[in-house]
Amino acid sequence: MQAIVDQSGIKYYVVTLNVNGGSYTKIVRANTLLVNALREELDLTGTKKGCELGDCGACTVLLDGKPVNSCLVLAVEADGREITTIEGLDKEGKLDKLQESFIENTAIQCGYCTPGMILSGKALLESNPNPTEHEVRRAIAGNLCRCTGYVNIVKAIMAAADKQ
Amino acid sequence: MYLPDFEYYAPATLAEACELLAKLGPKAKVLAGGTDVLSKMKQEQLSLEALVSIKKLDELTEIKSNGKGVVIGARATHNSLIDAPALQEKYPSICNAAKQMANNQIRNTGTVGGNCVNAVPSADLPPLFIALGAEVKLVGTSGERVVPLEDFFTGPNETVIKPDEILTEFIFKDQPFTGSNYLKFSLRRSGALAVAGVATAVVMDGDVCKEARIVMGAVAPTPLRAKEAEEILKGQKVTDELLEEAGNRAAAECKPISDLRGSEEYRRDLVRVLTKRSLRKSISEGHV
Repeated sequence: MQAIVDQSGIKYYVVTLNVNGGSYTKIVRANTLLVNALREELDLTGTKKGCELGDCGACTVLLDGKPVNSCLVLAVEADGREITTIEGLDKEGKLDKLQESFIENTAIQCGYCTPGMILSGKALLESNPNPTEHEVRRAIAGNLCRCTGYVNIVKAIMAAADKQ
Repeated sequence: MYLPDFEYYAPATLAEACELLAKLGPKAKVLAGGTDVLSKMKQEQLSLEALVSIKKLDELTEIKSNGKGVVIGARATHNSLIDAPALQEKYPSICNAAKQMANNQIRNTGTVGGNCVNAVPSADLPPLFIALGAEVKLVGTSGERVVPLEDFFTGPNETVIKPDEILTEFIFKDQPFTGSNYLKFSLRRSGALAVAGVATAVVMDGDVCKEARIVMGAVAPTPLRAKEAEEILKGQKVTDELLEEAGNRAAAECKPISDLRGSEEYRRDLVRVLTKRSLRKSISEGHV
């Protein structure tokens, strides 16, 4: 990871962010958070900012396949690692089964928690294709829905598991 | 939320990391998972000039049996504890304790070392690790030392670690315990700090308790052993009355404060109940 110092003495780092199958070289500061790099440098605004302290899960992305809060990861720490955001789930314009299931089960109200919910659900189904309701609830325990639409969110993830 | 400016280093070796920490002094800290350090910096609870990332020190993520016991690398995440075959086999109580922590995202990022070095009184792993007799390896510029985890904590957010030292691993020697367990009570099932937590480890011979360790969390400035309650159990045949007595004694030994999560009185009563329940589970379920 290369460091650059500009004329006013501010230090920047050249990072490679592997996002949704593409590889992007970006210039960030040491204190640039991954969520801000995704939203502001790559225009991937599907990843939301909520509490920004790791409680709400709105900023959930998959880092090397595992859900993490991108508000608590430095962009420089994500250098070279594989990142999946909500924009990376559809294939050739076709929504992922889990995304379709959220629509079919009315699991979206205001929609703010949805990207994080879907990514947590996606990671669960990748490692456990037939989860119990308890396992689904455990997997999304770090994603808060302030519309409190949890019943349909759980239903959507269970339904997507059944379809696989 | 604003993350203040700081200098960032990602050294390639442990020795380099220690030298950097020695050079930078107390205004620098180790960055492991970042779930604690970064959220504290955002909230201005921690003012730092530099972070020394240990992301390149992959040897610190290992969890392995070494014939005599188990060694857990300090950068292992909480979720990696749950999945580690070496722990599932010999220390299922550690897997179960990790399952009770935070939420999935934090468990994928937060590290075992961080859970101890930040020395939050309500941390979940230290009580169990102390009950199991864990030692920590601290590596600094002038060499390394091994300290019992029981002697590691000196107060809230304070430990014996020196500014140039890095906690690299947790060492569990082949332990005599036939069973161990950690139970916590928190206001929500997920993503909530313990109001109180109790870890227990026992050596059973039939229905006689030969040895017991009880370590309480979130009810004193540091994890605290209930030594008098342990004595009550030693050499005794286990009965409901004996467990009740041990619970009562532990409740008397803890030193809780009242805060927004619970009053002193409530915490004492939690300790009484959790001690009893955790002992019963350690005794009846045992280790593999």
